[in-house]
Amino acid sequence: MAEKLLEVKDLNVEFRTDRGVLAAVEDVSFVVEQGQTLCLVGESGCGKSVTSLTLMGLLASNARVKGTLDFGGTDLATLSEDKRRAVRGNDIAMVFQEPMTSLNPVLKIGDQLMEGPRLHLGLDKQAARELAVEMLTKVGIPRPEAVLGEYPHQLSGGMRQRVMIAIALSCVPKLLIADEPTTALDVTIQAQILELMRELSRDSNTAVILITHDLGVVAEMADHVVMMYAGQVVEQTDVMTLFATPLHPYTVGLMASIPRVEAPADTRLESIPGVVPSLADMPAGCRFHTRCAFATAKCVAEQPALVEVVPGHSVRCHLFEPGSTTPNPEALA
Amino acid sequence: MISYVIRRLLLAVPILFGVTVINYFIIQLAPGSPADLYITPDATPESQELLRQQMGLDKPIIVQYWKWLTQLLHGNLGVSYGSGQAVSTLIGQRVGPTLTLMVTALVVAYLVAIPLGIVAARHKNKPTDYGIVGASFLGISVPHFFLGLALIYVFAVVLKWVPPGGLRTIGRGGGFVDQVRHLILPVIVLSAGIAGNMIRYVRASMVDAMGQDYIRTARAKGLGAWTVVSKHGLRNALIPIITIIGMDVAALVSGAVVTEQVFQWPGLGQLAINAISQRDYAVLMGVNLLAAVAIVVVNICTDVAYGLVDPRISYS
Repeated sequence: MAEKLLEVKDLNVEFRTDRGVLAAVEDVSFVVEQGQTLCLVGESGCGKSVTSLTLMGLLASNARVKGTLDFGGTDLATLSEDKRRAVRGNDIAMVFQEPMTSLNPVLKIGDQLMEGPRLHLGLDKQAARELAVEMLTKVGIPRPEAVLGEYPHQLSGGMRQRVMIAIALSCVPKLLIADEPTTALDVTIQAQILELMRELSRDSNTAVILITHDLGVVAEMADHVVMMYAGQVVEQTDVMTLFATPLHPYTVGLMASIPRVEAPADTRLESIPGVVPSLADMPAGCRFHTRCAFATAKCVAEQPALVEVVPGHSVRCHLFEPGSTTPNPEALA
Repeated sequence: MISYVIRRLLLAVPILFGVTVINYFIIQLAPGSPADLYITPDATPESQELLRQQMGLDKPIIVQYWKWLTQLLHGNLGVSYGSGQAVSTLIGQRVGPTLTLMVTALVVAYLVAIPLGIVAARHKNKPTDYGIVGASFLGISVPHFFLGLALIYVFAVVLKWVPPGGLRTIGRGGGFVDQVRHLILPVIVLSAGIAGNMIRYVRASMVDAMGQDYIRTARAKGLGAWTVVSKHGLRNALIPIITIIGMDVAALVSGAVVTEQVFQWPGLGQLAINAISQRDYAVLMGVNLLAAVAIVVVNICTDVAYGLVDPRISYS
């Protein structure tokens, strides 16, 4: 078993807003092992992006963070801003969802690529330039020398995301956080970018936290999966177990809504009824009960805890709590 | 780029022509005539008519305009009815003081406004921001004549720290220090308005830039707060500001009419005011034409500057 790189424990993130205090992330815990890929999965607004920005220390100033973020023995949450900055872009790097807007439009690609290594690795201009060319070559950008002198608008979306990956990996981070890195890209480009990320992280033994809502991507990339719903972890296990025996009704619903090639042409696409509740208006009891086909009176009244039902497989659902008799996982699947 | 500038310059010719036509005919709408200056109370109607003939004012306006235009194309702006001096000489005497005043005011205003705008943006919706924006509103809102007179009263009349007006102390040499002392009050008056305006634009532009995704990327690299603001934020924020700078510079050339009057500053604004009250059409046309040329040239410069600052814009 690989060594533990990051342990997030009881993470709570709240935002103080005009509408009161909103809890975006509640009691989230997970472990990322060295060189492994962890997928954070969930719909928009479930707290996965907030979780990743918390790890980077890039939350807005109205955020309050509780819990520990143990990264190689230091708790990131308690670090001073200066020390935090030394980690950012160095030990932990991030690739964002929007390659079209994530690069600075008025600075040359080379400028933006060389900033990190010059700051964190203390490289001089020449060495940073060589590293930049090397990184662009690694991410598969043709004529890297010329691209250094170009501006972001001269590159396509896929190329820009490659540049973002090159920027993120240039200081050889121990952890790469990728927030929906392929969502804004064409389907054919998506596969290339994912393949590239997998290859490069394997080469440098970089662990990856991949944030996505695409179960196809999860199946492709993940070692471990954390399913999130409405700011909470609802299910957590390794990728094989998740796809073989999904337990939480939400996970099951998501799996059922994947279109299947072998299904007859007139098959209706499955969907989960309803929408994710808003942060300001969370239902009491289980947060999923308003959309759950198996909801009982207990689900409405009482919030379930995250319980490890089988070793290595945790789920937050009354159906699987010890002593619960109905229904069994197979009936759900 | 060069062909673009040439094309813009060629386009400027009909624009300037139109400006002179409109100006010339609007001036004629004002009651009174340049000849009024020379008419004594006991002048007979015949002698008045003779004077008008001598000054060429009896001809139709179109003929007068044509005469003015052909002169202009020969590089001659005409002669002042009031002083008999060439208009180009009069303008030449006034350009220096006006540019001194306006350039100083612009530089002072920007040195104050750009940092304050950035600070306000960084402390958006906090007391610091409210204070700066409030002060900028005050700068925009206080009329120049009022602020000018108030400053003269306090600092020149009561405290006697600085002179109340003029370009330099008459009778004494008027060295550099003397001229700077004369500049202080009018520069404060002018830069208050310019800075107040600029602070609001810089703040809005900076707030917008700092909310962009590339700022998050820059922060994610672990760059220091100052680098993020100055290298990644400010450069983008300044792009829309170029337009405002262009407008300020264009306004600069025609002079500050009210402020120059209040401080007896012998610049173009004062020249224009005197020309209007004396119906000195030739001088007024000269000043107007200069302002129009300045605006056209500054507009071209602004567009070229956009191309230089923003790599997404190209003129080829």
